[in-house]
Amino acid sequence: MKHHPKISIRGLYKAFGPKVVLDGLDLDVGVAESMVVIGGSGTGKSVLLKCVLGLLEPESGSIKIDGVEVLGMPTSEREKINRKFGMLFQGAALFDSLAVWENVAFGLIRAQGVDRIAAKRIAIENLASVGLRPEVGELSPAELSGGMKKRVALARAVATKPEIIFFDEPTTGLDPIMSDVIDKLIVKCVHELGATALSITHDMGSARKIAHRVAMLHMGKIIWQGPVAGIDRSGNPYVDQFINGRAEGPIQMQVRA
Amino acid sequence: MNPLATLGRVFIGFMQVAGRISLFTFVAVSHCLRPPWYPQLIGRQMLDIGYFSLPVVGLTSLFTGMVLALQSYTGFARFSAEGAVATVVVLSMTRELGPVIAGLMVAGRIGASMAAEIGTMRVTEQIDALSTLATNPFKYLVAPRLIAGLTMLPLLVIVADVIGVFGGYLVGVYKLNFNPAAYLKRTFDFLEFIDVFSGLVKAGAFGFIISLMGCYHGYHSEGGAQGVGRATTNAVVSASILLLVFNYGITEIFFATR
Repeated sequence: MKHHPKISIRGLYKAFGPKVVLDGLDLDVGVAESMVVIGGSGTGKSVLLKCVLGLLEPESGSIKIDGVEVLGMPTSEREKINRKFGMLFQGAALFDSLAVWENVAFGLIRAQGVDRIAAKRIAIENLASVGLRPEVGELSPAELSGGMKKRVALARAVATKPEIIFFDEPTTGLDPIMSDVIDKLIVKCVHELGATALSITHDMGSARKIAHRVAMLHMGKIIWQGPVAGIDRSGNPYVDQFINGRAEGPIQMQVRA
Repeated sequence: MNPLATLGRVFIGFMQVAGRISLFTFVAVSHCLRPPWYPQLIGRQMLDIGYFSLPVVGLTSLFTGMVLALQSYTGFARFSAEGAVATVVVLSMTRELGPVIAGLMVAGRIGASMAAEIGTMRVTEQIDALSTLATNPFKYLVAPRLIAGLTMLPLLVIVADVIGVFGGYLVGVYKLNFNPAAYLKRTFDFLEFIDVFSGLVKAGAFGFIISLMGCYHGYHSEGGAQGVGRATTNAVVSASILLLVFNYGITEIFFATR
């Protein structure tokens, strides 16, 4: 990892009423590094991403992007920082009211002021890079399959050439072949852009394909992190239980809320 | 159960909602006043709120004007004041019924659709997606709707006033056998600028309230389809109630001392 992390999180604390979700979380993601955060459902992975993106306000802690503290930043400054980001949402989150190409070109037109004709050309190129034909650009998101929606969302996430890309459960709900397609596209896009990637997933197959490093989130803290190649020899019983998908072990699933 | 504790909880809950709505309004209005503005989005909302509401507002105003003429005639005939029908119709339409009928119709049509659209965007993370694409959701979703509501309702009310007065004219002339020229003269003789103006001020306020409630409830919806349904209901009910409350308040400001 490089000396100056692209994303640096320290002591992040977030609670919803009495329920503490992030409890003093520390995490660094280096420049052009692909970090995957794994952890069970409801452990706060999405909350972590939303805090970094500025969609949720943590109670305390520090989040630095390129060494700049973003917590407590004025909205206008925050919007400038957000221009460095791209995000692939779990459910794709495509805008229903816009055609597919307009979804892909949205950030170019709104945030970068690219004119519609040029933006459409770039959008079609981005669609091609995720294996979609130009005709797909004219369709509405409602006409697409789950896999196609994910690909469009990926094309949208990378269209503005972001420095940091977030992937929220990129393969959830997809068949194994489409999951592999999406994983390969993620690796390709991140590599071509030289972007920093922060992904969250509980799909270990996907994590092994897209990660340089893996961190495990449990009880609001990162309890282990290391290179993806070392995950099978982590020596951490929580990680072992999680990656092998065993019901027995130190992680006790709450059956009753 | 302690009734005082229950009362306290209800009061605190009410104050929390009032505070949230006030903050939402402040942020939304500040985005309406600061560039960038999105003329294309504002235009689309104006078309939806103004043009596409014309049939429903026109029809309801027509029949309101007609029934108003009929009812006031049967009432005034009891003390031989039938000649006041035209005046009552025009004053009632411009001051009260035009804005209120148009407001309630638009609250049902537009308030519900705004809450459903924004609510669906919320629960499918489309609003979060806007933020990650460096686009402020208030600027993109809320401000165009507020501006369109504020400007389109007065125009709709002008149409409602004209159609409502025309409805009264139809009943007055063709059913109650008033002389057409005399009916029109009576219509305009006692009509003052303030009667029309107060109705348009109300309309602007109602348009703002309807858009605000639609956006607020949609923006804060949660819990999937059921949450969106709840937001839609809350948007229409709260807009309708606030509309009637503000109707009284504005009437008090304009006419209490006259």
